[in-house]
Amino acid sequence: MTPQAFRLPEGGRVSRDEPVGFVFDGVRYQGYRGDTLASALLANGVHMTGTSIKLGRPRGIFSAGVEEPNAVVQIEAPFPEPMLPATTVELFDGLVASGLPGQGRLSADPDPARYDAVHAHCDVLVVGAGPAGLAAAAAAARSGARVVLADDQPELGGSLLGTREVLDGCPAAEWAAEVGRALEAAPEVRVLRRTTVFGYYDDNHLVAVERRTNHLGPLAPAHLSRERVWRIRARRVVLATGAHERSLAFADNDRPAVMLAGSARAYVNRYGAVPGRRAVVFTTNDSAYAAALDLAAAGVEIAAVADTRPERGEWARRAEQAGIEVLTGHAVVGTEGERRIASVTVAPLDGGSPSGAPREVAADLLLVSGGWNPVVHLFSQAGGRLWYDAELGSFVPDSCRQAVDVAGSARGVFHLSGCLADGAAAGRRATEAEGFAVEEPLALPRAAEEPRSPALPVFVVPGPDGAGSATHFVDLQRDVTVADLARATGAGMSSVEHLKRYTTAGTANDQGKTSGVLTSGAIAHLLGVDVGALGTTTYRAPYAPVSFAALAGRDRGVLHDPVRVTALHDRHVALGALFENVGQWKRPWYYPREGEDMAAAVLRECRAAREGVALMDASTLGKIEVRGPDSGIFLDLLYTNMMSTLKVGMIRYGVMCRADGMVFDDGTVIRLAQDRFLMTTTTGNAAAVLDWMEEWLQTEWPHLRVHCTSVTEQWATVALVGPRSREVLGSLAPELAVDNDAFPFMAWRDTAVAGIGARVCRISFSGELAYEINVLPWDAPALWDALLGAGGRLGITPYGTETMHVLRAEKGYPIIGQDTDGTVTPQDLGMGWAVSKKKPDFIGKRSHSRPDTARPDRKHLVGLLPDDPAVLLPEGAHLIDSEVLPAPPVPMLGHVTSSYRSAALGRTFALALVRGGRDRIGERLYAPVGDHVVPVTVASPVLHDPEGTRRDG
Amino acid sequence: MLLIPCPWCGPRDEAEFHYGGQAHVPYPEDPAALTDEEWARYLFFRDNPKGPHPERWSHADGCRRWFNAVRDTSSNEILAVYRAGEPRPVIA
Repeated sequence: MTPQAFRLPEGGRVSRDEPVGFVFDGVRYQGYRGDTLASALLANGVHMTGTSIKLGRPRGIFSAGVEEPNAVVQIEAPFPEPMLPATTVELFDGLVASGLPGQGRLSADPDPARYDAVHAHCDVLVVGAGPAGLAAAAAAARSGARVVLADDQPELGGSLLGTREVLDGCPAAEWAAEVGRALEAAPEVRVLRRTTVFGYYDDNHLVAVERRTNHLGPLAPAHLSRERVWRIRARRVVLATGAHERSLAFADNDRPAVMLAGSARAYVNRYGAVPGRRAVVFTTNDSAYAAALDLAAAGVEIAAVADTRPERGEWARRAEQAGIEVLTGHAVVGTEGERRIASVTVAPLDGGSPSGAPREVAADLLLVSGGWNPVVHLFSQAGGRLWYDAELGSFVPDSCRQAVDVAGSARGVFHLSGCLADGAAAGRRATEAEGFAVEEPLALPRAAEEPRSPALPVFVVPGPDGAGSATHFVDLQRDVTVADLARATGAGMSSVEHLKRYTTAGTANDQGKTSGVLTSGAIAHLLGVDVGALGTTTYRAPYAPVSFAALAGRDRGVLHDPVRVTALHDRHVALGALFENVGQWKRPWYYPREGEDMAAAVLRECRAAREGVALMDASTLGKIEVRGPDSGIFLDLLYTNMMSTLKVGMIRYGVMCRADGMVFDDGTVIRLAQDRFLMTTTTGNAAAVLDWMEEWLQTEWPHLRVHCTSVTEQWATVALVGPRSREVLGSLAPELAVDNDAFPFMAWRDTAVAGIGARVCRISFSGELAYEINVLPWDAPALWDALLGAGGRLGITPYGTETMHVLRAEKGYPIIGQDTDGTVTPQDLGMGWAVSKKKPDFIGKRSHSRPDTARPDRKHLVGLLPDDPAVLLPEGAHLIDSEVLPAPPVPMLGHVTSSYRSAALGRTFALALVRGGRDRIGERLYAPVGDHVVPVTVASPVLHDPEGTRRDG
Repeated sequence: MLLIPCPWCGPRDEAEFHYGGQAHVPYPEDPAALTDEEWARYLFFRDNPKGPHPERWSHADGCRRWFNAVRDTSSNEILAVYRAGEPRPVIA
């Protein structure tokens, strides 16, 4: 075929001096800059773009915009992207695409493009830059208000780009361009092109995506973001989102070259491409006549217009004057043709059903117009109600609780002069409501007053048997027919929401833009009810598909979440540590030596801590300073045990519960002064604990004179652990008396360590003699180096979180959130000793005497020893009391919460929560693991040094 | 996303706030004096109205203050905000 055989010799808004080469379904074509992929295909005579998802029927380009249900393509190059409507893909040199029979394919390669986001605030957001939107933005801008105008097209003008309408004697698109230039020049106005507002949320928060470089293809500059998400908070919103034409349900209404009439008009006027040579037009309203006349003027033979209305209106007379045969009171009842329409059958209508002799008309194009649906998606998302305007045959906006106005065809005003006036009034109302002074009203250009006659909305043209047939499509993308709907209504369904879910009508990625109201109309037809009473399904965001990459923006990879590292991070990296994520923190997990796997490294690190001396970075523990005269009272309410009696210079371990009595966090509290405490929290729970404290202080006990401050990052902490830790500390802290009497367990001292001001706490999370040395963060590397130096001859060994876990588990110290899950009390953990009996109250106390909480057969934390000392139980394994797995439901006794290999015990062991566990010590239980059952023996959770002599000595 | 008028900072995006459940459910004066059922009511029972609902919010990523708001649960409209300790305003 001749290149671009269906391109008009002149006209349209494409740049004819910029030819563009592209490939579709393996065939090379040429189009022009300014084309969409769809218009370029039509200019080359290609209608069919693929086959349908369920039935495999040939389908072609149906519309000229975002509402496209059929022509969904896969972009192959320059970067793969699935499921884009060909009607929205701007053509560029080097585009490679193919038609999709249904779902697309994501790229296996990482997307190299950048995506970003902007937050914007404005007085008035205008969505849509057609005649109403431009008038609204222009009217609002005059007042000095901050205005954002967003439109999804590369060029402002909306429908004006696709018609030959005239304003003040000039092409209307010129007026649009002029208004656009004035808006761009206005200081308080931002014009966003290629920007789809896809979500309307509470309090006028709207989200849009701007396609910034997609249209440049391979020439897109790498430094520009490809897409940008705009999160816009607007005081007022004017929705000028226009209207989508809808089809009708008649037999074989899905063949390629069946096209919405207004879209064909846009292809001719905007792109200079004719979608066929000989067309039949099928309409229920006036708008298709303008399309027919524009096509005729472009040289397309209009074989006939079938109008459902029995009256001959002014538009029909105009068409007849142009030599077009108008068949009033007629409908299309069928089509023929494989890869595109070859003929159309029309028949007279009688009482809504075809009657009389059908007539076959040869045609390669069928234009349909079943009326126009105002694009009410955003209005509906905003919480707006709709009502059915029977005269228009459309659902139009009613009221909305948000500060939003709808203008132009989006509220059912379907003529140009009305859209302009409506938009200007909405823009003015919006600014006045925000208190902006408006001078004289915006001068609007004059539009020709076109004749209007009422539409005769028809949704279904029944087949010869009187019922909807299996080729009366309502949803082209989901392949849903009137016959499918009839099956659902026949099964007793009568709600559009149920029918939508049962038939999937309206659930494809076009969100039912062309099918939604048609589906409602068809259901109303089947049920014999009023479509207005039936209503539509709910419109939900996004209005159009948005890529996950755009939504993620810059929050990918290392920027996905903040990374927190300690002051010693570089030291850990230099020592070859592997890291573990704990909340946002990177913590050293273990430090493998040459040839060591994780198990070997951890056993070595454990042995060093138990037999010699070892050190770890404990800086990530949450630290909260509590100050004020009532600090002791507050901590007594917060912790289960007594904190107010703690002496300055001493440290106490404490447990916190929620009001329901379940363990929330644990840690140590050191008393710095009479009115000043420093408490530690679990690493991942620090923010939650501070929030918890603030909540109680602010909402329940505002009379307490207490202030809480996070000081986690103000201190770096190194734990020095092991029987020889005292030697190392002593050698570096000459001013500190380190003997057990002078510096006992759970005491703290301020001193100099290696010449660095330090607070040394005798705390042990390993069960060994141990010190936690706190210094200012910038001194931490020097302290670390000094400890490694001083301990070198003793084989001082850095250890990570895995070894820390093994050491604490050997001692039965629980990790909150690992050995507990929000259903565990301190008593369940065997920590009744940490729950005060003396205090009148603390958070959770009352719950500990609730019948369920006081039950003796609750799950207790116990130790488990697998019979085979080499078997490592998987964490999470369930426990049962029979050697053979019984038939379901299997009675569960509990589960494994922690499981390790122990160097000190020379075997594996585990911690578990077991029903009535403390009364089962010595009992045999079983853990089903995979295909076999592992026998274990219940033990005390404290498996190492139960007397605590190593820790306290 | 709601625009929540923090009584200390002014209107801010909902993402800056933490929700804290129903307001005006005070911690009992003397929990020990309550029956199990009364204590369970304090712990577990909250209103779930359609319409105005007084609730606690914390401006967690802002001033970190707790305050109260009356929100219409059917429209999400915030009808009033007031500082902790202040009485619930009468909504006409």
